[in-house]
Amino acid sequence: MTKKYTEDHEWISLDGDIATVGISNYAQEQLGDVVFVEVPEVGAEMGKGDELAVVESVKAASEVYAPVAGEVTEVNEDLEANPSMVNEDSEGSGWFAKLKVADLGELDALMDEAAYQDYVKGLG
Amino acid sequence: MRYMPHTEQQRQEMLQKVGVSSVDDLFVDIPESARVQGLLDLPNHMTEMEVDARMSAFGRKNLSPQNAPMFLGGGAYRHHVPTVVDHLIQRSEFLTAYTPYQPEISQGTLQALFEFQTQVAMITGMDVANASMYDGATACAEAVLMACRATRRKKAILSGNLHPHYREVTETTVQFTEFSAESLEPALDNVENLAGKIDKDIACVVVQNPDFFGRLQDLSDLADACHEAGALLVVVVTEAVSLGAVKSPGAMGADIVVGEGQSIGVPLSFGGPYVGLFATKQKYVRQMPGRLCGETVDQEGKRGFVLTLSTREQHIRREKATSNICTNAGLCSLAFSIHMSLLGEVGFTKLARINHGNAVAAAEKLDAIDGVDLLNDSFFNEFTLRLPMNAEEVVSKLAQKNILAGVPVARLMPGEGYDNLLLVAVTETVSDSDVEELCAGLKEVLNAE
Amino acid sequence: MLNNVGRPTRPEEMDGEVDNFETYTGNKALNLETPLIFEQGEPGRVGVDLPEPKEFTDRLGGLSREGNIGLPDLSEPQVLRHYVRLSRQNYSIDAGFYPLGSCTMKHNPRINEKAARLPGLGDIHPLQPVETVQGALELIYELGEWLKTITGMPAVAMSPAAGAHGELCGVMAIRAAHDAKGEARTRILVPESAHGTNPATAALCGYKVDAVQARPDGRMDIEAFKAKLGPDVAGVMLTNPNTCGLFENDVKEIADLIHGVGGYFYCDGANFNAILGRTRVGDLGVDAMHINLHKTFSTPHGGGGPGSGPVVFSDALAAYAPVPYVVKGEEGYRLQEQVEGDAQDSFGRMKGNHGQMGMFIRALAYMLSHGADGLKQIAEDAVLNANYVRVGLNDLLHSPYDGICMHEALFDDSTLKDTGVTTLDIAKAMIDEGYHPMTMYFPLVVHGAMLIEPTESESKETLDMFIGSMRHLISKAQSGESPEHFTQAPRFAPRRRLDETSAARKPVLRWTSSAS
Repeated sequence: MTKKYTEDHEWISLDGDIATVGISNYAQEQLGDVVFVEVPEVGAEMGKGDELAVVESVKAASEVYAPVAGEVTEVNEDLEANPSMVNEDSEGSGWFAKLKVADLGELDALMDEAAYQDYVKGLG
Repeated sequence: MRYMPHTEQQRQEMLQKVGVSSVDDLFVDIPESARVQGLLDLPNHMTEMEVDARMSAFGRKNLSPQNAPMFLGGGAYRHHVPTVVDHLIQRSEFLTAYTPYQPEISQGTLQALFEFQTQVAMITGMDVANASMYDGATACAEAVLMACRATRRKKAILSGNLHPHYREVTETTVQFTEFSAESLEPALDNVENLAGKIDKDIACVVVQNPDFFGRLQDLSDLADACHEAGALLVVVVTEAVSLGAVKSPGAMGADIVVGEGQSIGVPLSFGGPYVGLFATKQKYVRQMPGRLCGETVDQEGKRGFVLTLSTREQHIRREKATSNICTNAGLCSLAFSIHMSLLGEVGFTKLARINHGNAVAAAEKLDAIDGVDLLNDSFFNEFTLRLPMNAEEVVSKLAQKNILAGVPVARLMPGEGYDNLLLVAVTETVSDSDVEELCAGLKEVLNAE
Repeated sequence: MLNNVGRPTRPEEMDGEVDNFETYTGNKALNLETPLIFEQGEPGRVGVDLPEPKEFTDRLGGLSREGNIGLPDLSEPQVLRHYVRLSRQNYSIDAGFYPLGSCTMKHNPRINEKAARLPGLGDIHPLQPVETVQGALELIYELGEWLKTITGMPAVAMSPAAGAHGELCGVMAIRAAHDAKGEARTRILVPESAHGTNPATAALCGYKVDAVQARPDGRMDIEAFKAKLGPDVAGVMLTNPNTCGLFENDVKEIADLIHGVGGYFYCDGANFNAILGRTRVGDLGVDAMHINLHKTFSTPHGGGGPGSGPVVFSDALAAYAPVPYVVKGEEGYRLQEQVEGDAQDSFGRMKGNHGQMGMFIRALAYMLSHGADGLKQIAEDAVLNANYVRVGLNDLLHSPYDGICMHEALFDDSTLKDTGVTTLDIAKAMIDEGYHPMTMYFPLVVHGAMLIEPTESESKETLDMFIGSMRHLISKAQSGESPEHFTQAPRFAPRRRLDETSAARKPVLRWTSSAS
């Protein structure tokens, strides 16, 4: 299973042609206490870069973009009752949505974990 | 000038400290060609005594309802406001505080807002209410925008019997958005077929109860029709006191209730400031416009209140906000809340019964006048009369007799053939002798024709 | 004779436990708690004596309310005490210094309150026949004339209910003007430092917001602005003086440039206080500007409103202004209430009735009290006070933009770096010192922003004490000795810091009885 990252701090992890998407640990640290996540509807068609979700802290709201194109097959419904999961385990149980990826080749353009860590360091 | 603390010497000391030689040096960024030295066309400052006299003179040129039997409604109603209300809202700590951005030193405003939200939710029969909108008409427009967002649909249907100001404000507000509002023709003689207009593209139906003509309608079937088609029912209430006697919009299936709260605690003041009420169901909370106050605890575990869910609002979400509203009707919502606290369950429902009783009695007397017809089968404290002549002329003639007879329907609905219709409101402030005076005056005017 | 009813008249020595001392009631002397109004009701009480209703046959058409509403029943003294206690948990401009940047918290004269309640003003109905409200229409007209004179603009719309509503009025007029010419423009330029209402308003008018960056001196970058201009630009929304407290000195060039591409210039007048009587926006090329009567002309903020936001217009936009408006004729004043006749190009109606009359009355009383000489003095003293605070603090706090400011002084948090004390902590420590904090974290373009607007109402003595107090706090924070002095503040307010995260995660927005 490969895990990739975007410059907008989404992570995407692939299992067959189903990808799980969330925000990186760095992103949740920057956001602070997450209070709400607006997840997409199951069945929604996402283009690469479309608004997939909105993640809110008390004083900020940030859009989360689809790292690749695909159809939403599942959303993390537990986030509604427990948005704090994003802070506690952003790259695990705090995932946002699953996508049936349209073109697996789109993942190739994304960063792997090492490249992302370097990228984050560069942000100072 | 009495409001300015600095002495001339202090100004000089301060300028020196700032490092400039004259006050003009503080304004050097203003382009030279656009600098002015004072406002020469205007008079210089006045003493308090002079201002008092000047303002009183404006007031004396108007006919105060204190000096005339008064039957005007049409979205703004004369009710008795207990003295305690005006005393309390003039307390410095309420009157001269800003929006409660620092909750530790704003608990007074915040707790009052929380109580206001609860009262509004209770009387409308809804789950939650916001901390107020500008007025009922703007709240109505916001409800349409919210319904479009919540349903991801683009069109609203407005009842033809909606207060024309509410209709016009809603049409104006949506005209440049991706949404639209279709207004039906006023329906005075027939029953409006709102349910027949609903299809899968309709975001909401907006209907007023009591309607502009004062009539009451059970909206339960309309609510069902809306929900079957995935649309929302928006119910408008322009007379908040009616909620003390009439089945609540929530009980009839409303999804959003908006209204004018002026009747509770807020003076007529020639049309503003008033207080817009906005209530909805729990599941739509995050689609709501305006400020919301929520309960929480402080570091020591004590209950306290904060403004919350701010990510909906313009200062965080900017162009993606649910509304551009910032300042709302703060002090008017406090007046509403204090008045409602004084009334309580017993007082609020009794006030409503008094209004209804007075209106029933007056309607019977007016209906008995030759040539005058009561058009309402049902009403709360306001009803429509058909006169044998132009209502605007009648109102004008009665005003000369110091009687404020009502609102000519055609003033708000011109060009609909309603020239002879008069909207008459009868609240607890109307006495039996006021009604006698109106009846006598009306007979005199009609007989003179 | 021996006095055996005597009592000690000298306190014992402090035992140091005062800080943590808890009382049985939860009150602390003059800090009095009050439960929610819903927790104080008892059936059988009433706070308003009402006459018995008439005997009647109900005409409600079978729609009588069923069941209880749930409102609590209290007596008048209980209600009075509840709200008096609540009021005492608020800070207010009457009680102390309130340097909240961009909010213009100035003195609220009480003659204005009296005027708003005068017979014939506070109690008249908006739909009375116009011949019975000539004084009210004259008052609105006269206030409009003052606003036009002060701004040098030819037209005014009085009905908008607040600043953001005024913005909407202005941008709708811009949109209507373009639509009338058959031009479908799509973008509106807004500096990135703008208040959030600007982009929210532009979006409501169907425009895409194109943010323009700032120059290092805090003004809008005019080169970046030029680069964004084009035939699809509907206009620019520029706050002047801007949210950083600076006058946009390229304002005339900006006006010429936007007009050059057929766009219009909307000026956000939130900070109008700084330039009263020193310049007229009509001479700066502005097409529309709202005026916050509740800021500049001191109609009180009331804990968040009501406001009033009249909009002045240039000739280019005047025809599109909203209804209703007052017309002065030979036979007195009348109201143009419908979109027809002279108002046929109006973009419509924004609000029920005619505007915030109660605010108009207060604002006119305020203007009459000041007159031409006083209004100019307002701007001069407001700007002097802001600069006095700026030079009093700028060796300890960093001003992101050098030089003279207008009505407010802006600092960033760079001199607090690595102290463990943030802008928020400074604000909370100010509360313990008896001040309302400055505006914090706004404008967004300045890191950890602290925006201080002293207004003209404050004396030199107040400012000196404030500067001393701020210097004390900043120095203490920078020393790094006791960050907990700040991070644990406020200690003496009615509440300690509140948990906003829990409030947002599980919103409780109303009281519910524990029984249900």
